[in-house]
Amino acid sequence: MLRFIAGRLLQAIPVLWVIVTLTFFLVRLAPGGPFDTERAVSPEVRAALEAHYGLDAPLWRQYLDYLAGVLRGDFGPSFKYANRSVTELIAAGFPVTAELGLWALSIAVLLGVGAGLIAALRPRRWPDHLAMSAAMLGICLPSFVLGPLLALLFGIVLGWLPVSGWGLTPGDKILPALTLGAGYAAYLARLTRGGLLEMLSQDFVRTARAKGAGELRVLLVHALRGGLVPVVAFLGPAAAGLLAGSFVVETVFQIPGLGRFFVQAAFNRDYTMVMGMTVFFSTLIVLFNLLADIALVWLDPRLRGAAGQGGGR
Amino acid sequence: MSPGRGQWRDAWRRLRRHRPAMAALVYLAVLGAAALLAPHLAPYAYDAQDLALGATPPSAAHWFGTDVFGRDLFTRVLYGARVSLLVGLVATAVALCIGVLWGTVAGYLGGRVDAVMMRIVDILYGLPFILFVILLLVVFGRHLVLLFLAIGAVEWLTMARIVRAQVMSLRHQEFVLAARSMGFSTPRILFRHIVPNTWGPVIVYTTLTIPNVILLESFLSFLGLGVQPPAASWGLLISHGVESMEAYPWLLLFPALALFTTLLALNTLGDGLRDALDPKTAGDAP
Repeated sequence: MLRFIAGRLLQAIPVLWVIVTLTFFLVRLAPGGPFDTERAVSPEVRAALEAHYGLDAPLWRQYLDYLAGVLRGDFGPSFKYANRSVTELIAAGFPVTAELGLWALSIAVLLGVGAGLIAALRPRRWPDHLAMSAAMLGICLPSFVLGPLLALLFGIVLGWLPVSGWGLTPGDKILPALTLGAGYAAYLARLTRGGLLEMLSQDFVRTARAKGAGELRVLLVHALRGGLVPVVAFLGPAAAGLLAGSFVVETVFQIPGLGRFFVQAAFNRDYTMVMGMTVFFSTLIVLFNLLADIALVWLDPRLRGAAGQGGGR
Repeated sequence: MSPGRGQWRDAWRRLRRHRPAMAALVYLAVLGAAALLAPHLAPYAYDAQDLALGATPPSAAHWFGTDVFGRDLFTRVLYGARVSLLVGLVATAVALCIGVLWGTVAGYLGGRVDAVMMRIVDILYGLPFILFVILLLVVFGRHLVLLFLAIGAVEWLTMARIVRAQVMSLRHQEFVLAARSMGFSTPRILFRHIVPNTWGPVIVYTTLTIPNVILLESFLSFLGLGVQPPAASWGLLISHGVESMEAYPWLLLFPALALFTTLLALNTLGDGLRDALDPKTAGDAP
């Protein structure tokens, strides 16, 4: 197990290097510099700006400096927010996004695995059809549709819940977390059902039934562990989706998290900010995939040789 | 696993019995025709403003109402369908081409080439593509072509894996041996004999990729990184609808409904096709 974890950690290093390198050169290849867009700047001011941001050095030098900075957790100064470093901005926004993601993930697992269990307990009966129809609804209602609709219904028409802010008024975390979690709950419900039904057709389940175990006990004690394999395989890549979802949810509900920073930085062409956040997010996602892989091997030791093949994006 | 003509007919019969999938197919056909004929069908020009009119709720003259510029929403949703379906089809075609080519070569050659090619796919899987798509659009501007390529480049990975698995199971079968013993060249064997036999799972996955792609385009347009006004795309219409949903809720509801029904139809059709063509992969990649 330890060797497996070490191996996967080693594999993560080239992935992260590819990410940093790709990000750096993509941005540097951009037609026009970061100071081109606004009004014209005098050559002296431009030279001073470029010196300040280290843009006057040769490209390879800039690349090595950036790489060294990233290793120290230093993403350089932000182009648009004067006197603030990208690292500071990330540190300010991350706790909010992490909390939002955690709530959303909890909702997704609770609702999704719950619905999947119910569906698997009564396959092809009405509880199954109901749960799977709800899941299909969740899959076809993306967060940028669901969020505004929920805000319209519960916030504006019914007036039950606040529709903006984060931790300012009681209950303002409910709608964003629900919006972000709903889609994942839907996928998880389908995966849980599929995984459980496959396990239920196995010989060891028949043995358990023959020994007189109740249906619920068979499901929870015997089938769940194996049935959760596709669920966990999905959770790693889901982290990437949750981050992308946070762009939308934080914009819709005006939450001061990383997602909104990223979208704003993208609009402002704040290159260092976009680069820093891309690298930061990527590292998180690679880490999450790693955790999911470890959990997978723990659930199903046969996967030890084939790890790193988790599905999803 | 090599559907001949008879098996295709069987699959079609199974699909026709799948009522939701057939309903979805009809809906998509109507939508596709409407999108194609939008310039002839639309009652107004998609960018025709009527500032004196402003935002009005649905009426006989404007079925879906009008937006704050007095533009007819029904027309704009119809034109939005053009963008969404076009992106869905073209980007999926890009993914299909890369994925099938990559998967076929890796699966047929096997050995070290296969190992290296699939290792690359593994590494790319680990990359958070959505961030790179946004980065690309920020850096190089918001062109529709770039959007196609960027989205297509994201979606080919799973396709490559599916095709590779298929090809690996096919390449040692007798009909391939027969083709080789007749002296056919490798490309001919690959594209005349092997690739056609992978079509079942490929069609299923393609159908399920289109809604993902449409979703991705809408997501980017919603964030303001996709299609630019005055052009219309569902994501863009939804994002404008959100801005004024308190005063003019119809501006959010109709584009949202259009996106939702289309995604529902595509996913339902995909599920139906999976049941009809390839029952084995049911419950695989959601």
